Amino acid sequence: MPLNIVVCIKQTPATGSVSIDPQTGDISKEGISYAISPFDEYALEEGLRLKERFPGGATLALTMGAVRAEEILREAIARGVDGVYHLCDEAFDGSDTFATSYILSQGIRKIEEERKIKIDLVICAKQTNDGDTGQVGPGLAAWLDWPNTAYVKKVEQVTDTLLRVHRMMEDGTDILEIQRPALISVVKEINEPRLPSLKGKMAAKKAVIPRWGASDIKADPALIGLKGSLVEIAKRQSPPKRAGGLKIGGATIEEKAKIFVDKLRELKLL
Amino acid sequence: MSNQDLSAYSGIWCVGEVRHGKLAPTIFEILTAGGQIAAALGQKLSVVLIGSGLGPWTKEVIEAGADQVYLIDHSSLEQFVDEAYAKALTDLVNQEKPRALFLPASTIGRSLAGRAAVMLKTGAAADLTDLSAASGSNGFEKGTLLATRPSYGGNILATLVNTRSRPEIYTIRPMVFPRSPKDSTRTGVVRNITVDPATWNLRTKFIAFQAESSNEIDIGSADKIVSGGRGLGKAEGFETVRSLAKALSAAVGASRAAVDSGWIPYKHQVGITGRTVRPKLYVACGVSGQVQHLAGMGQSEVIVAINKDPECPMMKLASFSIEADLYEFIPAAVKELQKHQS
Repeated sequence: MPLNIVVCIKQTPATGSVSIDPQTGDISKEGISYAISPFDEYALEEGLRLKERFPGGATLALTMGAVRAEEILREAIARGVDGVYHLCDEAFDGSDTFATSYILSQGIRKIEEERKIKIDLVICAKQTNDGDTGQVGPGLAAWLDWPNTAYVKKVEQVTDTLLRVHRMMEDGTDILEIQRPALISVVKEINEPRLPSLKGKMAAKKAVIPRWGASDIKADPALIGLKGSLVEIAKRQSPPKRAGGLKIGGATIEEKAKIFVDKLRELKLL
Repeated sequence: MSNQDLSAYSGIWCVGEVRHGKLAPTIFEILTAGGQIAAALGQKLSVVLIGSGLGPWTKEVIEAGADQVYLIDHSSLEQFVDEAYAKALTDLVNQEKPRALFLPASTIGRSLAGRAAVMLKTGAAADLTDLSAASGSNGFEKGTLLATRPSYGGNILATLVNTRSRPEIYTIRPMVFPRSPKDSTRTGVVRNITVDPATWNLRTKFIAFQAESSNEIDIGSADKIVSGGRGLGKAEGFETVRSLAKALSAAVGASRAAVDSGWIPYKHQVGITGRTVRPKLYVACGVSGQVQHLAGMGQSEVIVAINKDPECPMMKLASFSIEADLYEFIPAAVKELQKHQS
């Protein structure tokens, strides 16, 4: 029953701290602040909860990112994971979801080799708050050739061979059984993340974090970074600003209501 | 990475979603988007349906613009299982070699696109809000697909190109493209694809579906949404929000603050950790408009803000701002709407 779990997390710019540099057309470095992608907190928490529900395995955190991304791995330690791994190499820069999911799959294989264990479950978040694609989880499952389910809102049951999960659909809930090893992408509804403990914070401070480059994970150079990416960003722009609108006045609440309804009618929204 | 012969790939595919015996209307939006591209490239427009009992839908999608319909119809494909659908789709792609695949940016479409892209060793981009084929005059080779999508919570619009692998895979945000018009005189070819999922080594088993108990409209496909936020002050506030939603035939949305307070289930949450919507009308009741919420609804066509605080961000960006106590304003508005209906 114990599960060895890898949770994939990413350090991303905080939503709202990102803008375009009008000179270069690139993302402006000014005012940008980084943190763990907000969705990833739920993935991390689920990894910790599953370890508590089915003790005996290890819950590990894995990220790919710049040197500064080490911060989120320390945060994962503070919350209670048993080990962290940092895929960090300039050769990874510019990876799209195709290359990223490949690199993560190689990282997971390397963790198995390094720790002499089999990973039973990989947990990703539904998406990140920067790319917003939600493609890396399913793509990673394809590289690993594991079954996967996205939009998971509950892990109901875990046996030696499978997991029973609930998937949030637009019209209700699908219940699926998925054989181990498997990958799930989780939504916010799945849990409420804990805060790091004091003891955890101490451990996080002291931890030495392994950093693996492309050759450590035996990555095929043709599949990583810009060279390995298939989708390129041709152009970035700021979305058109919304023009400030009309204030609906009116002496009484009834008058305001009438103007509101008239406006909707004018715009053919009724 | 690419050592593919890209020129061998031709045809535009729109992948539809059939769930519980219903064809999701997103296919008609995708047929608009894909139809433009097929016309610009002079290529065939096809629809792919995966599921069970698909026959009834062929006529509809042909009338809506498909030249060809691929049916992957099998009793064991009735429910969406990532592995099974990805296998069915990628086998057909490998056999037919289309230029591009368009799927809805729904739970199913987004799950399927991510897995299928890696299986096909091709690139995918999610949640497009704009799409065109380059004319050859703006620095891109003629016929290059220019796919635009919001990222960083809607703060940046990125235009993506894939010149390196085929088929290109894209998911398209619902409610962005208009539905393609029907023409009952249109004809098309139906291709029945035989599959044997028993031989696929599937490791996922569908167990059950639990329908949503209410008959509420889902925010993902709603063209009008009425949302409640912290300003409601209490769970009962959603009864007031619902009354306005009902009068407008709108879905009910919520801010994270309202969801985290336990006033309404998570599936109603709009914003960065919730869902992204783009309705024609978004009415924000007591939603102050934090960046995280705006990321999920900032592209709505018309935004109405009802709030006591005229200085909050939502009031500043709304198309119409109404400074009022929502518990006074909403009943008055509902009354006025009922007058309009009778």
